[in-house]
Amino acid sequence: MKRIHFTGLLFIFLTVFSFPAQSQETHSGGEAEEEFDASSFILEHIADSHEWHIMTKKNEEHVSLQLPVILYSKGSGLHVFSSKKLAHGHEYNGFRLEQEGDLEGRIVKVKSDGTVDMDNMPLDFSITKTVLGMMAAALIGLWLFLALARSYKKTGISPPKGIQGFLEPIVLFVRDDIAIPNIGEKKAGKFMPYLLSVFIFILINNLMGLVPFPPPFGANVTGNIAITLVLALFTFFMIQLNGNKTYWKHIFAAPGVPVWLLPIMIPVELIGMISKPFALMVRLFANITAGHIIVLSLVSLIFIFKSLAVAPVSILFVIFMDCLELLVAFLQAYVFTLLSALFIGMAVVEEHH
Amino acid sequence: MILASNSLTTPAIGTLFWTVVIFTIFFLVLTKFAWKPILNMVKQREEMIKGSLASAEKARKEMVKLQSDNEAILKKAREERESILKEAREVRDKMIAEAKGKASEEADKIVEKARTGIEREKALALADIREQVANLSVDIASKLLGERLSQTGEQGKLIDHYLKDIDLKKN
Repeated sequence: MKRIHFTGLLFIFLTVFSFPAQSQETHSGGEAEEEFDASSFILEHIADSHEWHIMTKKNEEHVSLQLPVILYSKGSGLHVFSSKKLAHGHEYNGFRLEQEGDLEGRIVKVKSDGTVDMDNMPLDFSITKTVLGMMAAALIGLWLFLALARSYKKTGISPPKGIQGFLEPIVLFVRDDIAIPNIGEKKAGKFMPYLLSVFIFILINNLMGLVPFPPPFGANVTGNIAITLVLALFTFFMIQLNGNKTYWKHIFAAPGVPVWLLPIMIPVELIGMISKPFALMVRLFANITAGHIIVLSLVSLIFIFKSLAVAPVSILFVIFMDCLELLVAFLQAYVFTLLSALFIGMAVVEEHH
Repeated sequence: MILASNSLTTPAIGTLFWTVVIFTIFFLVLTKFAWKPILNMVKQREEMIKGSLASAEKARKEMVKLQSDNEAILKKAREERESILKEAREVRDKMIAEAKGKASEEADKIVEKARTGIEREKALALADIREQVANLSVDIASKLLGERLSQTGEQGKLIDHYLKDIDLKKN
């Protein structure tokens, strides 16, 4: 009985709410309304950009946060100006932000005849949306943990209080469940600062990426391949710089392997050296990007169907996905740190006979 | 197709640069001013807790030991009391026995003394009686027999002889 009742309600709900949308459609049908392009909408949100788009007004006017553009061009040196100057494809100082084509989203040097100067591409060090989001995350992380460190000066060795009760378990988690089991009690201390930094950096960025609004939040930082690449490189260098004799011996003269096999084994081991951080890079990037894409796709459903009736369903799914993403945010920070610890642990382990 | 047409999978140099800068600063500043003090303090606290637990355990063990010591002392004291009591009982019994022995001995002595006294008195009394009886007999006999008896010594001897018989019979 109850179920029938519920479906009946849903039916009424659907019919009531789809009428205005339909009538609006028929009303504006003659004006050849712009078709909603979900894929470009999603990509626009997860890709990096030189301005931080907040919303579009009814009269097509964009409201966005203008970010500083920093360019280095071989010919003319350093240029710093607001991204406002490049809005809507305007040229400024011979630079142009490409709106379409292969170079979409990139700032190029324009020749006097209006074509792109391919031989003289400027290096783009702009504070983009992603960079700003990352800076905010770093500042929040610094603020939280410097406050934590400062709080110990006041309380000393007393039971955790206030901020300590909230942040200390994270520190202890990284130490007791990530560093010590994988690196060993003796050597874990040396890598704790790095592992903690990576964990907190990724975690805060993941979490901030889940908050859609306002500007320092909602940037797709850990879903940007450049950022995961740098983090993976840090782990790569941590491994190589701390690898002991045993580690290098296993790469260049794996014990128990006949000499004639070494020409095959060494390249394999070298690939292994690179594939480990490569996997770290792709895993974090793909997981976070995928999460953003799914949430945005669910939101897009409302606009694809052009019906408010989809909104409750959409919102329900988005809430569900956001809960899942919350888990993923922690999980991916954990996995990245865990695997970094594991690889470092493998590189510093004492040779046992 | 989507990925190929987009900058998603091609790392941008600017982002790389800023990530290196931001993460390096983040890492170094936190290492110096946060991770080290935090980890130190946490370690100190853990050591303190460990130390306190260890000393509590030690104290507990000591108390158990003390308790068992106490019990042992108590047991020993009880045993000692027992033995002292036993000894006292023995001494008392011995003293009583000794006293009893001495008393009976003394009584015997007294009785003996009394008996010898009585014996002596009796002998004296008998001798006295015998003399008196002899005298009486002589008196009676002399009164009865008169001169006849005084003249003949043989008669006196006879009387003496009879008296002796009487005496012996009495004894």
